[in-house]
Amino acid sequence: MKKYGILAIACMLTIACNNTETPADTSSTTTAVAGGQENVQDNDSQKDVVKVAVGSKDHTTLVAALKQADLVTSLSNAGPFTVFAPTDAAFGKVDKATLDALMTDEKKADLQNILQYHVTVSAIKAESLQDGQTLGMVNGDNITVSIKDGKVWLNNSAMIVASVPAANGIVHVIDGVLLPPAKQ
Amino acid sequence: MKKLHLAGLGLLSAAFFMQTGCKPKNANNAVTADAAAKAYVAPGKYDEFYNFVSGGFSGQMSVYGLPSGRLLRVIPVFSVDPEKGWGYSEETKPMLNTSHGFVPWDDLHHTELSQTNGEIDGRWVFGNANNTPRVARIDLGTFRTNEIIELPNSAGNHSSPFITENTEYVVAGTRFSVPPDNVNGDIPISSYKQNFKGYISFISVGKEDGKMDIAFQLQLPGVNFDLSHAGKGKSHGWFFFSCYNTEQANTLLEVNASQRDKDFILAVNWKKAEEYLKAGKGKKVATKYAHNVYDEKTHTAKSEIKTEVLVLDAKELKDICYFIPCPKSPHGCDVDPTGEYIVGSGKLAALIPVFSFDKLQKAIANKQFEGDYEGIPVVKYDAALHGEVQKPGLGPLHTEFDGKGNAYTTFFVSSEVVKWNIKDLKVVDRAPTFYSVGHLCIPGGDSKKPNAKYVIAYNKITKDRYLPTGPELAQSAQLYDISGDKMQLILDFPTIGEPHYAQAVAADVIKNRSVKFFKIEENAHPYVAKGEANSKVVREGNKVHVYMTSVRSHFSPDNIEGVRVGDEVYFHVTNLEQDWDVPHGFAVKGASNAELLIMPGETQTLKWVPEKSGMYPIYCTDFCSALHQEMQGYVRVSPAGSNVPLTFSTGKTQPKESAPKK
Repeated sequence: MKKYGILAIACMLTIACNNTETPADTSSTTTAVAGGQENVQDNDSQKDVVKVAVGSKDHTTLVAALKQADLVTSLSNAGPFTVFAPTDAAFGKVDKATLDALMTDEKKADLQNILQYHVTVSAIKAESLQDGQTLGMVNGDNITVSIKDGKVWLNNSAMIVASVPAANGIVHVIDGVLLPPAKQ
Repeated sequence: MKKLHLAGLGLLSAAFFMQTGCKPKNANNAVTADAAAKAYVAPGKYDEFYNFVSGGFSGQMSVYGLPSGRLLRVIPVFSVDPEKGWGYSEETKPMLNTSHGFVPWDDLHHTELSQTNGEIDGRWVFGNANNTPRVARIDLGTFRTNEIIELPNSAGNHSSPFITENTEYVVAGTRFSVPPDNVNGDIPISSYKQNFKGYISFISVGKEDGKMDIAFQLQLPGVNFDLSHAGKGKSHGWFFFSCYNTEQANTLLEVNASQRDKDFILAVNWKKAEEYLKAGKGKKVATKYAHNVYDEKTHTAKSEIKTEVLVLDAKELKDICYFIPCPKSPHGCDVDPTGEYIVGSGKLAALIPVFSFDKLQKAIANKQFEGDYEGIPVVKYDAALHGEVQKPGLGPLHTEFDGKGNAYTTFFVSSEVVKWNIKDLKVVDRAPTFYSVGHLCIPGGDSKKPNAKYVIAYNKITKDRYLPTGPELAQSAQLYDISGDKMQLILDFPTIGEPHYAQAVAADVIKNRSVKFFKIEENAHPYVAKGEANSKVVREGNKVHVYMTSVRSHFSPDNIEGVRVGDEVYFHVTNLEQDWDVPHGFAVKGASNAELLIMPGETQTLKWVPEKSGMYPIYCTDFCSALHQEMQGYVRVSPAGSNVPLTFSTGKTQPKESAPKK
């Protein structure tokens, strides 16, 4: 929504400029729609991981964060992805000031790093995850899997509470936010 | 709060646009109206570049003009093509022979134009077969596949057909490691680590005639070899291969081949390998592989099965091969025009490592190894590293170069082409692709002399870019003008099959080489008819050889009688035309194979085994003249044992007394 608004304004402005300042240039600028496969109109196919998150009432913070981090285009791609999706309640456990700061453009790289730490390129079912297994995440760091009483834990800090298959992978709903190891 | 905040951001951005909106430079993601003019080639005008595009699972190679994106030709390579009679005519069937017999299909992933002194010379283009491992050489005078060589000890030839800077060698590396050909392969798959080996082939290319021969193979640990590029300039004499699955997994590679933080780039000192060969260190190993050559004089291919290959053991001969650690399943392995920088693209990596050839040499000389991998020394990562491009995008795959110090890398996951500076490793521009880009191509972009006017992105997904055509949509290329600082998208164009790697070259390098016709007096086909007077039909037992000619607008003979059910009929059709762009076609009703398409001056043969008696029309399939529709004839087929005499004629008027009787 936000992007459409900006583009529309930009588009109008550009056309206006062409009319007034560059009469010799009869070519009007058509602005491409920003973004990628998330804009494909398709209500018939199985939902991708982004649409699964968007369709969940428990993931509004995650969806807002994915948009802010410009990760919607990537996650609408062919994948395959495994997305560990913290619920709104999980984000609620994070200090509010920290979270608000992460949603600013100045901290976009940090937000990207955290969100990419929740995604791995390969579709892994919960039952395929093994105790002690490490997963290489998109941001370049690893997470460690542990299995306790039949529950799958990530870095001993978040647990898989539900799993939703998607067209381009799988979304595992988790009850905590995973924080990448601090860089040396 | 958040919503308000976002809205605020939006307003700020709008204000930013207001300030810059009137500047003449277009926004990066804008498709401007001048894009049409940039991609427009007026009717009757030639394109500026040839673009040789792999056809992927079509098994063929296509030729496009740039910047128009017009399809000029589909060259049949590894798959039969009934349109051109490729793999159906007796002359071309041997081209698809392998150690597994006749193989009518393959998967062509990469194209590579021949080079002299590191520059594209326009003589040949090579293609690889990814399934039944082979390399093909296509002549750029005839745009026909002239040679195909099979690769022993290999399965899935992916890191191919890349060449050295004088086309001394074209290489092939096995994608699947497998047990070697000379041992029993009937063993448990789970014995991968003990029994599976990786082979890399160096195929020599004849300086004048381009003839290919496997000079030697290197036996290496069992991993997956993915892509490769030769050193050039200072690094000429070396070849670099990416490899993944150093975990040596044999199942669910999606997970199991992504466990290690680093796989490898393999650096091969092939000049050193040549020394060992001279010193007699190569072992002759028994195997079987086909070598198929098309002869332009006889217009016929011959297939030979070879039974031996020379193998060098990279583990025993310590100083040929070195592994360089490279993050997360490297795919693209690309060398910049100076030969100093080697770019490895770990498809699961969050950065792009760039290695330095000079540092690699020092590291090897000073034995800066972190250990070995199955007997091959592993150079310390930092010792060979020039630097890393940080956070370049998601899912880096392939890199080409502009010769001005910049590299262009594709990112599959984030669907973009990213331009970055090789020296300081800073990103300088990004352009979205629609969608999920795989390979890219800059004319000469892997050579010493790129001609960097355009970059073409070859995309894997085209959802909503073209009118829908059911579940499978058009495969696609996207053309960007890179003559300025910023990449500018100017054209989408569909491609055949699935485009993987492609190469492009200025039209002038190739267009004057084009053969217009084959001289009929030089035609050495054993069944040629050099002129209508030589046309005839000859019976040899149950084989009937028709020495047929075609010229505007008739066949000779065009009436044939005395063929019997059970005969094998061979139509050897010689196109007598000595004029450009006048092929003739030949088809016979009920033929179970295909048509023939015969180039001027050429002879091609269609085998036909009629199963029922009756009247069989023949006709020319390629619209050749105003009287093309008159270019036809008949073959009368009689029952087995019939005593109808074998006769043939052209233009013989029907005698009154033999008029049909009831």
